[in-house]
Amino acid sequence: MEITVQQYKHCDLVSIKGKVDSFTAPELSRVLEELNSQGRFKIVLNLSGVEYMSSAGLRALLLGQRACRRYNRGEIVLACVPPKVMDALELTGFTPMFKIFDNLTDAVGYF
Amino acid sequence: MRTLTVPARFDQLETVRQFVVRAARDAGLSEKGVAAVEMAVDEACSNIIEHAYKGMAGGQIECTCFTDDRSLTVVLHDYGHPFDFASVPPPDLESSLEERRVGGLGVFLMRALMDEVRYENLGPGGNLLTMVKHLREGK
Repeated sequence: MEITVQQYKHCDLVSIKGKVDSFTAPELSRVLEELNSQGRFKIVLNLSGVEYMSSAGLRALLLGQRACRRYNRGEIVLACVPPKVMDALELTGFTPMFKIFDNLTDAVGYF
Repeated sequence: MRTLTVPARFDQLETVRQFVVRAARDAGLSEKGVAAVEMAVDEACSNIIEHAYKGMAGGQIECTCFTDDRSLTVVLHDYGHPFDFASVPPPDLESSLEERRVGGLGVFLMRALMDEVRYENLGPGGNLLTMVKHLREGK
């Protein structure tokens, strides 16, 4: 798994590539926590490069969303969700917890 | 029948997933079925590493796949602590972001993705988890 962070004026774009499982999910959590610790709570997660995501990845998303939304400071939105990942989000009832955008422009423009 | 034995560590999950994906494709499952087996086995192994082998070093997971004309069966064998499947409550899929429990998703996914999930504690013989996916689309 590879993670890149790009800073925009109103949000951060976090792009994830590869496989998010119990081995790699802690790295995703670490990146999100680091952004929060820098006072950045508005985050677009670009999932277009995600080949696989297990419940460990879903948990990282859930905990990240909780941390960002606390005190109404921000939000994580998802962009370019691959069908396989969307299936897992739907099966676990995670879709109502995230705004989901088809493309990065709309996702970044949301903030 | 084919068997793979790996150290019970998260960095081995990719190897186990590749092994069962190959078995599932060879068995003739649809791509959706293959993805279901991949995820269910990952969740099961993650549980074994996290719970069964909690605080134990040097544990192993033995993964065996076999096929008949109707289904693919994956058996996971470990020598960790017994894992009481029945004690894992199903997640409340309707609960809000704040109320949502963080655990229990793995077991839920295994049950949702596979047609059969059976757990057996063999005492000193360890734990056996048997998961079956039917070749004809059930789920």
